[in-house]
Amino acid sequence: MPIYSEKVMDHFMNPRNVGEIEDADGIGEVGNPVCGDMMTFYIKVKDNHLNDIKFKTFGCGAAIAVSSIVSEMAKGKTLEEARKITPALVAEELEGLPKNKYHCSNLGAQALNKAIDDYLEKQGKEVKKKKGGKDEKE
Amino acid sequence: MRKVYLDNAATTPILPEVLQAMLPYLRDAYGNPQSLHSWGDEAREAIEDARGKVAALVGSQPEEIIFTSSGTESNNLAIKGLAMAQQSKGKHIVVSAIEHFSVLHSARTLEKWGFEMTQVPVDKHGLVDPKEVARSLRKDTVLVSIMHANSEVGTIQPIKEIAGLVKEAGAIFHSDAVAAAGTMPVDVRELGVDALSLAGNQFYGPKGVGALWLKRGVRIIPFLDGGVQEEGRRAGTENVPGVVGLGKAAELAQAEMKSRMDHLSTLRDRLVEGLLSRIEHVVLTGHPTKRLPGNASFCVEFIAGEAMLMLLSQRGIAASSGSACTSRALKASHVLTAMGIPAEIAQGSLLFSFGRENTEEDGDYVLEALPPIVDKLRQMSPLYAKFLKGRKGGK
Repeated sequence: MPIYSEKVMDHFMNPRNVGEIEDADGIGEVGNPVCGDMMTFYIKVKDNHLNDIKFKTFGCGAAIAVSSIVSEMAKGKTLEEARKITPALVAEELEGLPKNKYHCSNLGAQALNKAIDDYLEKQGKEVKKKKGGKDEKE
Repeated sequence: MRKVYLDNAATTPILPEVLQAMLPYLRDAYGNPQSLHSWGDEAREAIEDARGKVAALVGSQPEEIIFTSSGTESNNLAIKGLAMAQQSKGKHIVVSAIEHFSVLHSARTLEKWGFEMTQVPVDKHGLVDPKEVARSLRKDTVLVSIMHANSEVGTIQPIKEIAGLVKEAGAIFHSDAVAAAGTMPVDVRELGVDALSLAGNQFYGPKGVGALWLKRGVRIIPFLDGGVQEEGRRAGTENVPGVVGLGKAAELAQAEMKSRMDHLSTLRDRLVEGLLSRIEHVVLTGHPTKRLPGNASFCVEFIAGEAMLMLLSQRGIAASSGSACTSRALKASHVLTAMGIPAEIAQGSLLFSFGRENTEEDGDYVLEALPPIVDKLRQMSPLYAKFLKGRKGGK
């Protein structure tokens, strides 16, 4: 029995929105290579909407699939809506993740939130921190 | 799709001759070897025949072979059973930092039982320095266990030299030869060890059967209590078909040893050379020359082992990795860590282990499939992006 769902495999094999945005409005980097996974999210914001999202991820298949699905879920959403993407929603959207890969879905939501925080900080706005999930050992 | 199995370090396929030898004992020859009738006689004869073949493989007497359920059981029995039998003499044991978990965790259990353990380090090639072992020996050292060869990185240890030092100090010396026995020549008298573990599924025998070779006269405390099987050292009705399969596999391994080794090392060297020349920022792990004939292990920088395994699997290639992602504990392999490989590089661990059935075409297929996989993952990797920026900035 394969350990990953078909949806995870699809997003791992054909990840959406891979890349960097040169003039990104916000950048969020989470994780580190020592603990296994590292994700960087780049966002472009227009009229409070996530106009464009790109990511780069170092890690396992689940980490790459999570990054891809998070980018897809968040694209076009308002910042407030994007903040509502929780690790549980990410896992659900991927039709489940193996237990020892839940931390990957945490990282995805965290990276997106961190990019939004970064955007707001750059705008000089007060950041109402809303964590995408429990802080993993970073 | 082409299928290429290069995970022989995990387990080898069972040879047709081995299966054929086992089949009668799964069907009509179902007797219990302890029974005193013709059914029992038949099964007993089969077990004793297999014992002779396994003994011949490691250069020992048949009565020195104890059949077990696996390499793991052999290691558990050796570490706990030998230490416990010696505990009136002392409670200190020595193992290397890169032992299989069935040795390391058994040693930790002994710690809970009041023993002290010293782990000797390895160098960057995964090699144990015999001088380090000598330095670790104390008056109360009763057992030393150093693996013969490491399946993850392939490094072969100077067992004979270490055994000499340990015997001089009067301690018992065990070697986990699960990755070595049946794959390369292992002769217990020549090595000078007191106990040695092996497993059938590492050399084209069935899973679920292993053996502990124990030198005559060395005391051991059994941990399966019950009947008189294996001279009371391992109770439980014998796994007759498994033992027969192990015996047949041992016989074939001995007969084909030289040709298998030549074949495997040719395939290994071709792949190592090919990958190192085709992909940048790849390092060979383990010792460059003192290594298992079929073992080609690497660390590929900037990407993770699991992602490579998944993409290789999509191309029909089976390999393995010691990266954190592939372990349930999400910790990088203790072997790579002990060799001083930084965690982020250990994440890119990738092991191809060749077997008897592999061909040069299999290696060529990997050489064709892997570079685009590495490229694809590096294009996604923030670490690679940082590296490229750093290189540009440096110029």
